Amino acid sequence: MSVKFYQVGSRAVGNRLLDITERTEQSNPDRRNALNSGHRACQGCGEALAARYVLDTAVRATNGRLVTVNATGCLEVFSTPYPESSWQLPWLHSLFANAPAVASGVAAAFHAQGRDDIRVLAQGGDGGTVDIGFACLSGMFERNDDVLYVCYDNEAYMNTGVQRSGATPPAARTATTEAVGPSPGNPFGQGKDAPRIAMAHDIAYVATATIADLHDLEAKVTQAMSIRGARYLHVLVPCPLGWGSAPAQTVQLARLAQRSGLFPVYEATDGTVTSVLPIRGRVPVEEYLRPQKRYAHLFAGAGRPDIVARLQQIADRNVARYGLIEEASR
Amino acid sequence: MTHKPFAITLDVKSSLANHTGMWRSERPVYFDGLPPCNHACPAGEQIQAWLYSAEEADYETAWRRLVNDNPFPAVMGRVCYHPCETACNRAELDTSVGINSVERFLGDEAIRQGWTLPAPAPSTGKRVLVVGAGPAGLSAAYHLRRLGHAVEIRDAGSAAGGMMRYGIPTFRLPRDVLDAEIERLLSNGVELRLDTRVDDVEAAMREGSFDAAFLAVGAQLSHRAYIPAGQAARVVDALALLGSAAAGERPQLGRTVVVYGGGNTAMDAARTARRLGADDAIIVYRRTQAQMPANDIELEEALDEGVRIKWLNTIAAVDGGEVRLERMELDDEGVPQPTGEFETLDADAVVLALGQDVDRAIFDGIPGVAIVDGTVAVDDTMMTGHPGIFAGGDAVPSARSVTVSIGHGGTVARNIDRWLGMATASQLNGGAPAQAAPTSTPVPIAFGDLNSWYYSDAPHSVRPQLDAARRTTDFAEVVGGLDADTAVYEARRCMSCGNCFGCDNCFGVCPDNAVIKGDGPHGYSIDYDYCKGCGLCAAECPSGAIRMEPETS
Repeated sequence: MSVKFYQVGSRAVGNRLLDITERTEQSNPDRRNALNSGHRACQGCGEALAARYVLDTAVRATNGRLVTVNATGCLEVFSTPYPESSWQLPWLHSLFANAPAVASGVAAAFHAQGRDDIRVLAQGGDGGTVDIGFACLSGMFERNDDVLYVCYDNEAYMNTGVQRSGATPPAARTATTEAVGPSPGNPFGQGKDAPRIAMAHDIAYVATATIADLHDLEAKVTQAMSIRGARYLHVLVPCPLGWGSAPAQTVQLARLAQRSGLFPVYEATDGTVTSVLPIRGRVPVEEYLRPQKRYAHLFAGAGRPDIVARLQQIADRNVARYGLIEEASR
Repeated sequence: MTHKPFAITLDVKSSLANHTGMWRSERPVYFDGLPPCNHACPAGEQIQAWLYSAEEADYETAWRRLVNDNPFPAVMGRVCYHPCETACNRAELDTSVGINSVERFLGDEAIRQGWTLPAPAPSTGKRVLVVGAGPAGLSAAYHLRRLGHAVEIRDAGSAAGGMMRYGIPTFRLPRDVLDAEIERLLSNGVELRLDTRVDDVEAAMREGSFDAAFLAVGAQLSHRAYIPAGQAARVVDALALLGSAAAGERPQLGRTVVVYGGGNTAMDAARTARRLGADDAIIVYRRTQAQMPANDIELEEALDEGVRIKWLNTIAAVDGGEVRLERMELDDEGVPQPTGEFETLDADAVVLALGQDVDRAIFDGIPGVAIVDGTVAVDDTMMTGHPGIFAGGDAVPSARSVTVSIGHGGTVARNIDRWLGMATASQLNGGAPAQAAPTSTPVPIAFGDLNSWYYSDAPHSVRPQLDAARRTTDFAEVVGGLDADTAVYEARRCMSCGNCFGCDNCFGVCPDNAVIKGDGPHGYSIDYDYCKGCGLCAAECPSGAIRMEPETS
């Protein structure tokens, strides 16, 4: 039957009317469920969700021949309080700084054993990736080791009490960038854009994604696992604790980050952007910022429209830089 | 491994030992909300439920769910003014779901395939007399018969259908469609006696050993207004005109026809006049467009066919090929008042469509039955003041449409059944899907209750319409039907407000893997051992079919 439209298009996790091949891995009752129930992540944790999304897809893409290496961070802490583990796949943790190097070693060891069918996926939070583990990550890229590195970006050190990281956005309140003084929150003009730095290494595949578009995320993981060499995936994962948002808003905030243009979703091959996820229904940044208490100082009393305007400029620049608005889109 | 590695003292355990459900202060609960379409349907159809089957191209199941409440889908799909579409939440996204067009498709498909209505329940031994074979009477007979009661319909006319046959023009409702649906209904064992006028209900009940009666005699008398008319004036009654046109006669009205009135009958009369050869059909109505009782759809179709309308005018006199109009003006309360300004129109004929009155003859002799403001007084159960005698359709205060009457038929059947001491209302819907019962909340699901981001833009598919030229020359049906592909497309535009449709979002978005996926929609359940109560499943449910409830202990 050639009827194209479905109640929920291709955006929902599944749909009884969709062909099984067009549904996501998450709609599969037999998905690996790599991160099992009973983990101690907060209510509505975006990172827990993203980790299962990414790993279940990677498990499918590799027929289960997958090892994962985890940096220190929330994900490691909430999933493996000794002696419990939530992981349902081979999982290795060493230190905060060295996950990319450990992953490189695992890949090299399998290669030396002639077991190239076993693939390696390293994962960490934004702190472990853009700050503490960055030298190892850059080395992994530069050597083109056969590892997919996935950064779950919740924009601060949430596990230790919401301290600022190199991925914390401007104006956001953290425990170390309090909302006081003439320019409250994290200063403008700092921070690292890790995906662009990864692209600067000219590695085979770099992509960004959010937990709000599962089809897009799964397609990118699948694409990444079809390639050999160093690859990088950067996933935006809202954090109810650190962002000061309701647990039920986690997916919605990721969607608003993309729809506002503050978080551009794209993929790049060999250092060049090859496709972007166009914004469907663009919203002003305010709509994304307001539900988050880390930006409450921008809206209290008379508010700080000047700072909101600067954040809007960042979104506008992303829209222009990546071409996020399609001519035909609304 | 037989011994533990250095410094490892405990076996690896699963996090499943950690019941994070203890953190919860709110719990997600699946529920069946009341879709606005169901809420708005005068015939009580479970629209969302039958669209659900139509989405799967399972037309027979869809039709069976539909006829659970309404035995006339093909008629409905043509003449209903579809308040469901007005209520449809999809209108806030792009345009309402074309419910009416899918209903027609299902109705036509059923006639093509020869699907039969559900068989009656075993006989209860009770007998019910239905007076009037219009939509209310036929619908009541259908439901009563299904409940196992013996039903006899008596009608003074020579064919069943009531206003569906004598009031609605054939270009809106072809008679082969009407005949097919009536015949199918009667084949369920409903006895029909035509050309049988009932004057004394009590005597008829005694003689026929009936345990209850339903009087659905309609409003068949044209309302009269005094208009000074000269000898040469040709003044006809709209119902008579529609009746003769429906019977295939072609009364000659002349080139210019003035129709007096602002209801649906006036629209139908003007459209009929155009088809009978009038170059100009002018509707004269004493109020404004906003106050006009006619349905917008009918008005639009009439205007499309070149019918002209003179708002805020009354007919002061008719004579010798001329009509004298007086211009009206609304006063502060919105009531039209004469202005004393007159104009004259040429008119070969004047058609009066000023409303219809109930023929009270049948009611007058029954003790306890009261007529208030021209209609029969009934209680909440639609019973008149006389025990066991019920009334419905146009004879009681109502919006007077086919759909409303069909709804009356269903309601009255339930109430008669209850009155007969047979069963509770739920048995009428014995075969209805569980999801259809709007028991959980009486408030319909609003657009804001949905997560509309998940729905694709999908504009309304338009039904083909007959060429304008043919719409003024013959009585062929004006609005066409959908083909199967378009019907599926249209059904799939349904957002399933308040009811699970199996999109797997809850199963996918739970960070704690605490949603269990079973078979089919409504197959999901929550694993409360691990659900932390974050509310993501409820927030990301497109159709708003999950709600968060506080934990009590």
